[in-house]
Amino acid sequence: MSKFRKKGKSMPAISTASLPDIIFMLLFFFMVVTVMRESELKVKVLVPEATELTKLEQKSLVNYIYIGKPTPKNQSVYGTSPRLQLGDKISNINDIPLFLEQFKAGVPEVQRPRITSSIRVDGDVTMGIVQDVKTELRKQGQLRVNYSARQRTEDL
Amino acid sequence: MAKNSSRSRVATEINASSMADIAFLLLIFFLVTTTIDVDKGILVKLPPWSNEPPPEMKLNSRNVFSVLVNANNDLLVRKKPAELAKLRERAVEFITNPSGAPDLAERPTKAIISLKNDRGTGYETYLTVYNELKAAYNEIWDEEAKALGHPGYSDDLPLEVRRQIKLKIPMVLSEAEPTAFGDEK
Repeated sequence: MSKFRKKGKSMPAISTASLPDIIFMLLFFFMVVTVMRESELKVKVLVPEATELTKLEQKSLVNYIYIGKPTPKNQSVYGTSPRLQLGDKISNINDIPLFLEQFKAGVPEVQRPRITSSIRVDGDVTMGIVQDVKTELRKQGQLRVNYSARQRTEDL
Repeated sequence: MAKNSSRSRVATEINASSMADIAFLLLIFFLVTTTIDVDKGILVKLPPWSNEPPPEMKLNSRNVFSVLVNANNDLLVRKKPAELAKLRERAVEFITNPSGAPDLAERPTKAIISLKNDRGTGYETYLTVYNELKAAYNEIWDEEAKALGHPGYSDDLPLEVRRQIKLKIPMVLSEAEPTAFGDEK
């Protein structure tokens, strides 16, 4: 009994000196894995499910094209039919060349052939607008395209 | 001089107790803004644009696996209505032609999959069909890789092996200009 009491008495306060180091370690981890939300979505996009997925490796070489119906907040301005969003604003098909060119300007020349366009299309959109975008991308020579999709788990 | 030295003696220790708080603040900020999920999708290489219409090609109809998707999201495979769930299986059978049937592809290198949709086709259906066709090829490549003594077909395989497999079974998926019967406009 006396043995225990002795131990309790001599217990020193836990040193918190290394706490900042631990926190900093966590901080750096999250800083590295963080991807900031690129742009606020003005269209509703819920991508379909698929199984044959490829991971997009280099985020700096990916530009995003969103297609979907404008969100309820934006419907008074942009209507309810599917629209296209480039960067953070709703655009038209003929804005694509400028968008691609601007993106290209920020990428070193050697990496330009590896630029990928990630097309994130809502599952309910019909192919008409998607086809127009595809045609425009082909005309602009942007041939690497990634149809964004979620992993499907159950069978068809 | 004396003043200076006394000052440096006083400032020898910086109070670091608030360091943890600052770090916590930053940590919480990054915790909130983090999205760990990576962007995944079906990688496609589009054909280059040309203003001239593509040259007419005489193809033996046994080598063409035509898939049509209309504005009602119905499937027409080789001129007959088909089910989405059976598409992969049928495509694999068409390409490999294990029984040597006279109406399936002569050789995998000659097989062509032709996909045509309507402007009114739902994107979800289109992507599912595309996914199934790609899955068919992946399945065959996987078999091929296993036959060569690899665990399976993936991007981890050496480039040389992948090239060899793709040379044996090239993926030819041609997309025709869509029809416009079900356009929204």
